[in-house]
Amino acid sequence: MSGAPAPEFKNPVVRWIDVRLPVFTYIHNEYTGFPVPKNLNYFWSFGGMAMIALIGMIVSGIILAMQYTPHVDYAFESVERIMRDVNYGWLIRYIHMNGASMFFIVVYIHIFRGMYFGSYKQPREIIWILGVIIFLLMMGTAFMGYVLPWGQMSFWGATVITNLFSAIPVVGDFIVTLLWGGFSVDNPTLNRFFALHYLLPFVILGLVILHIIAMHIAGSNNPDGIDPKGPQDTVMFHPYMTAKDLTAIVVFVLAWAFFVFYAPNYMGHPDNYIPANPLSTPAHIVPEWYFLPFYAILRAFTEDSFLYIPISWLMDAKLAGVLAMFASIALLAVLPWLDTSKVRSCRYRPVYKWLVIVFTIDVLFLGYLGGKPAEGWYVTASYWATFWYFLHLLVLTPVVGWFERPKPLPASISKPVLDAAE
Amino acid sequence: MADTSQNAAQPEDTSRRDFLNIAATATTAVGGACFAWPLIDSMNPSADVLALASTEVNIDGIEEGQAITLKWRGKPVFIRHRTAAEIEEAEAVDVATLIDPQTDAERVQKPKWLVMIGVCTHLGCVPLGQKDGEPKGDFGGWFCPCHGSHYDTSGRIRKGPAPINLVVPEYSFTSDSVIKVG
Repeated sequence: MSGAPAPEFKNPVVRWIDVRLPVFTYIHNEYTGFPVPKNLNYFWSFGGMAMIALIGMIVSGIILAMQYTPHVDYAFESVERIMRDVNYGWLIRYIHMNGASMFFIVVYIHIFRGMYFGSYKQPREIIWILGVIIFLLMMGTAFMGYVLPWGQMSFWGATVITNLFSAIPVVGDFIVTLLWGGFSVDNPTLNRFFALHYLLPFVILGLVILHIIAMHIAGSNNPDGIDPKGPQDTVMFHPYMTAKDLTAIVVFVLAWAFFVFYAPNYMGHPDNYIPANPLSTPAHIVPEWYFLPFYAILRAFTEDSFLYIPISWLMDAKLAGVLAMFASIALLAVLPWLDTSKVRSCRYRPVYKWLVIVFTIDVLFLGYLGGKPAEGWYVTASYWATFWYFLHLLVLTPVVGWFERPKPLPASISKPVLDAAE
Repeated sequence: MADTSQNAAQPEDTSRRDFLNIAATATTAVGGACFAWPLIDSMNPSADVLALASTEVNIDGIEEGQAITLKWRGKPVFIRHRTAAEIEEAEAVDVATLIDPQTDAERVQKPKWLVMIGVCTHLGCVPLGQKDGEPKGDFGGWFCPCHGSHYDTSGRIRKGPAPINLVVPEYSFTSDSVIKVG
């Protein structure tokens, strides 16, 4: 996309640097003078919010790492020391703890935005795939971070999740022992999780930069899902989007602050304030809320589940559950090819629009079920909700793309606005 | 200098360059693998972890119907002094109906003493049923609260997502009243 004309820098120092290392030209072309469609709504601010969440997590995390001790005998106490003795330690830890949840909330909305408005479609497939990889790394990072305080939920969450890998035929047990560095979740496990929890956010940051670079090649998608026809359809990123995104970010940070100051443990689990005990599993273990939909899919594959019976000759129920859980995320990466419709935005897709909404409700419902014990109607409901999840991605998405008659697309981004004004 | 120009390149030179390319690539690949293995293997259990591989326990004080839990390799080990009724129930089961078929005799050295790793074979939680008052599941043995696996009085999986029976560790009776696990 062609931006504003090449910048002339007045400041001689800036000019001197820019000739040797063109960072100022880059910033100008990619931000100050970067054209974006002028019909973007607030859904397009969630990427910026996620960026703020990532930076907030890295900054608060580095400070926490200065006070934390990754050893089974001291980890729990060092976290309590942060809470009680370290100056503002309670604040920094609550920012970090709730920051994980806030990061996932905005990323989930960001993903929904991509699905509803077709941002994953040609030519933006790689942006979308990078996003799915970022999402996977976020899950890994959040999981390992949750282990660090070494409470009961930390320990048993780590035990259950690492045991998922034991479902892999032949090499499963070898992999689990390798992950643990022993015969159970223990000190070596805690040590390596700490090392990786510190590393992965920087890997995420690198991928986010690639995600943005790729986005700047194709330019932003927009609620109409049609390409800008010229300068009359776009505005400059700065000051229009910087002002708008900052407004959204202020609201986001206020929501984050609300949890930090008024409900710091609302999204946590009280059992994690009990030190880890390898000999006693808590009566009801649940993952953090942002994992619950995938946890429900994992649990939907039991011996007597109608999802499992057709494949029971092939593998045991445990492996089927683990594969289904990973597939539920891996399938998102190929969504650009599962969706056969050429029309991007659901505004012009009368059938698929409702399917995306039902899919979103289905994922929320799976999240609800994942937090409930595996008994009674919850079990049956999670079979059907899991069934719908895969039906949507594997059958409905391709088939609807073939048969749906989309509404006529507007001639340009400006057209609907101008028509409404007349 | 003229010799190094592209025009002067002879077929012999090309094959020499190919040889260098292949040799360098192969050396790098082998060297990379040799370097990667120590890094990966360093994450496996270390010598001090392996050294803590066995533990002994005195079982004199365990009354019939009681059970104790000890820690071995960081995991709980269940030792249960089974009642005659429990042994009878475990032996009476038709092996062909089991998810992971095993007779009771294959799982114990002395029928009175059932020794097992107290880790659910599904995803690693500790099943309930060791203490009085804890749920023992539909088959009078153990019940895993995480995902609802039921084990019988021989620790065999009877219902739920777990794929195999509770694992019997390597153990021996060093005397009538001492069990060595590991």
